[in-house]
Amino acid sequence: MSRRGPIILARRAYRQRRLRDAVRLLPLAGAFLFLLPILWSSPEGNVTATDGIYLFAVWLGLVALAALMARALGAEEELDTPPLSGDVPEGGGG
Amino acid sequence: MPFNLLVLACISYAAMLFLVAFAVERRAERGEARWLRSPLVYTLSLSIYCTAWTFYGAVGYAARSGLEFATIYLGPTLVFIGWWWVLRKLVRIARQQRVTSIADMISGRYGKSNMLGVVVTVLNVIAVTPYIALQLQSVTLSFGVFAAAGSEGWAVPDTEATALWVAGGLTLFTILFGTRNLDANEQHTGVVTAIAVEAVVKLVALLAVGVFVVWLVADGPADMVARIGASALGHWDLVPSRWAGLTFLSAAAVLTLPRMFQVVVVENSDERFLPTASWAFPLYLMAMSLFVVPIAVMGLEVMPEGANPDLFVLTLPLSQGHGGLAMLAFLGGFSSATSMVIVASIALATMVSNHIVVPLWLSLRPTREVTGDVRRLVLMSRRFSIAGVLGLGYLYYSLSGGASALAAIGLVSFAGVAQMLPAMLGGVFWRGATRIGAMAGVLIGFVVWIYTLFLPSFGPGAIFTAEFLATGPFGLGWLRPQALFGIEGLDPLMHALFWSLAFNIVAFVVGSLVSFPTPVERVQGLAFVDVFDPERAEPQAWVRGLADAEALLVLAQRILGDDAALGFFEMQAQAQGKAGYLPDPVPEFLDALERRLAGSVGAAAAHAMIAELAGRARVTVVDLMRVADETAQIMEYSSRLESQREELTRTARQLREANEKLTQLSVQKDAFLSQISHELRTPMTSIRAFSEMLREGDMPPDMAANSARIINEEAIRLTRLLDDLLDLGVLENHTVRLSLRLASLTELLDRAVRAAAQTRPERDFTVIRDLPSEALFIRTDPDRLAQVCINLIANARKYCDAAWAELRITVRQRGGRVILDFIDNGTGIPKDKQSLIFEKFARLTDQTRAGGAGLGLAICREIMVNLGGSISYLPGQGGAAFRVVLPLQMKKTPEDEAA
Repeated sequence: MSRRGPIILARRAYRQRRLRDAVRLLPLAGAFLFLLPILWSSPEGNVTATDGIYLFAVWLGLVALAALMARALGAEEELDTPPLSGDVPEGGGG
Repeated sequence: MPFNLLVLACISYAAMLFLVAFAVERRAERGEARWLRSPLVYTLSLSIYCTAWTFYGAVGYAARSGLEFATIYLGPTLVFIGWWWVLRKLVRIARQQRVTSIADMISGRYGKSNMLGVVVTVLNVIAVTPYIALQLQSVTLSFGVFAAAGSEGWAVPDTEATALWVAGGLTLFTILFGTRNLDANEQHTGVVTAIAVEAVVKLVALLAVGVFVVWLVADGPADMVARIGASALGHWDLVPSRWAGLTFLSAAAVLTLPRMFQVVVVENSDERFLPTASWAFPLYLMAMSLFVVPIAVMGLEVMPEGANPDLFVLTLPLSQGHGGLAMLAFLGGFSSATSMVIVASIALATMVSNHIVVPLWLSLRPTREVTGDVRRLVLMSRRFSIAGVLGLGYLYYSLSGGASALAAIGLVSFAGVAQMLPAMLGGVFWRGATRIGAMAGVLIGFVVWIYTLFLPSFGPGAIFTAEFLATGPFGLGWLRPQALFGIEGLDPLMHALFWSLAFNIVAFVVGSLVSFPTPVERVQGLAFVDVFDPERAEPQAWVRGLADAEALLVLAQRILGDDAALGFFEMQAQAQGKAGYLPDPVPEFLDALERRLAGSVGAAAAHAMIAELAGRARVTVVDLMRVADETAQIMEYSSRLESQREELTRTARQLREANEKLTQLSVQKDAFLSQISHELRTPMTSIRAFSEMLREGDMPPDMAANSARIINEEAIRLTRLLDDLLDLGVLENHTVRLSLRLASLTELLDRAVRAAAQTRPERDFTVIRDLPSEALFIRTDPDRLAQVCINLIANARKYCDAAWAELRITVRQRGGRVILDFIDNGTGIPKDKQSLIFEKFARLTDQTRAGGAGLGLAICREIMVNLGGSISYLPGQGGAAFRVVLPLQMKKTPEDEAA
């Protein structure tokens, strides 16, 4: 792949922004998945084994995704030394 | 298992931790501990989230409520996976503001208000002390399990005594390693590494028990799933409000528990560790909870009816005859308890000493000046606070008698510290949050928490009577502690969490909306909220020119210690382009100094101390305008002009100083030339006169001999003067030949002191030395170095004007360099002369013409340059003080090798 020209740079900056979006969204997805068992809770009680397997599968999936994103983010930051330029908008958002 | 074996295991385990912590501290001091500050150690140190309550209690929790136990780990998992939202910002703010604790962070955000710091500290102490008691209880309970299992060996002491021994041992360890220094952002490398080792122990222990249960007691995972389905735990009740509420509560707790704040934020030495911890810590939590349900199921199946499920981790391997595995599990639980107690008490002690003891001392001391060694005061207060916190924990434990009320206290504690969440997150994300709002929110949340959860947690009859709980105070039903406003049917924990946080948030928001922040608050709010925006996050709150740099140095030395303070001042002076140890008191410097001090005594105290020396803390008009967005740009421009003007003024002043120095030098040079002509001329005249007399020849022999002696003496004086001048010339051209060899510093100083005694031998003069520290061998030119020492000691003998003259010689080794300080107790050298004394021909006073031509210190400086070191004047030491720095192993210069 060619490494010159503004188009390539813009593309990389664009990817970087979207990666940060993904990092921000991951905990929301995690919260949704962790709270999902509430939907199928029944008065007779839930089956511990299946719930447990679901819970740990989600857990492991989140850890794996977080690890991948952390690595990608680390690689981006090494390429791009002033790393904290694109995140001003979220500062006051909460 | 014999009880004495158990005690032996505990003691040797504790001794191993001591060794680890000690070795790490030693390496860190020598700057070799870089690998210890790695993402791995950071992640492992976070595991103090898993206390003995989770190590033993999770299985019991699972046995009672099924998978609900997992919520305690799900919250932290979400917080860490979402590190980009909150943790990243907290860590950046903490590093920029040198935050020492969560109380420091909150008080710093809201205008460095110490009142708020005090409130938060008290809240934390009340909420966390029972939690510490819980750890003591779990250790004594686990001792009890082993004691019941075997009766050989020593008799088991009663549980009270066990708890006392454990508390005492932990106090000792924490004081030894938690309060060694008062430096570098409150980071404790040794403790953190010991905690990381404990993290590995507890994970391995729990996994080992889990593997044992699944593969040895049961027949692998498939059989395990079948057994879970068949057991009483086959079905569990998911209570939606508790499931969501507990996940939220544990997420809040991982951010606000003082011990978690300590390891996550304060002990973080590199922001780049966070991405790794963001997935590695959730992985750790998952591993810790993976085998909890299997252990609970097998425990219920195998163990007799009525066995305490909280102790299955221990009793299950014991009942199957695996004493070694039980031992490992015991050490795992011991690790969980000890690491939590150590970090929690360090965190609490830092808060208590920074927000209560030091401010109290600052306001109570009789004089306005900062007197005495503040470092020692802070360290002592921290040590007493650690002992106090652990003492409170023990007291709570022995008063509650290890009752079952303790089991619930973990979550009660979580809900207590969660009251800081609105003030903390609000402060970090909302610029409109004010001190009044934060104070109102924290206070009201705290009160509601105490009323609805903390006091009732002791059980009916303990503090609230059963009748009080059922009908409310004065029969007012809507004020019942566990059913406020008549809302019943909620679980008491959820009820308390809901109401306390609801009141807290409403008070915080309304209080912030209606109050008006002080200037310092607004500047701090900007610095916290916009921490990633370097333009806006660097407020300057100090007015220039009011502080005296030397007074600041004295203050800093008392708090940071001599070396650190001098190093910091030297660095700042260099950054301003000045030589020496005294930078100009510009706002940037005052700001940096305040943050550095805040790292030791907290933001509020540091602010107060500097305010006293630098005049009232004022925010400049420029800063306030910067807060107001609409005119920010114009003001930004004019402030840039302003700073350029200041820069120009400073440069102009530096030029003026340089010019003055040059003029003085030229005057001195003229004076020296006339003096040297005079010095050359006087002996010449007498030599001429006496030689002429000798030439006449008609002189009695004794008179002739006398004349010859005078001629000889005068010639020697001339030679010495010329020798000095030649020596200086050689040294300045770096053409001197050095004879490098190993030399003992003690012998060298002995020699120097003896030789210097010939100067003014009639004078009473005490030399104070520290022989053990001098036991160094250095590779240098000992004759040249001795020449420097002789000169410094002789100078002290000549010029020290104290009635009882004393010279203190201290030797220290820092890295590959040796630092020699010569400090006398006279009046020292006036500030305006300090920059001149190393110049050639300089002599301070005319009346003390004790021989020599003012070349001594100039020669010393050139010798030190040739020896690869330096000599400088140390201000602010009480008397004249010189610092000689030289390398431990002098390398040959290229010219020497070529020669």
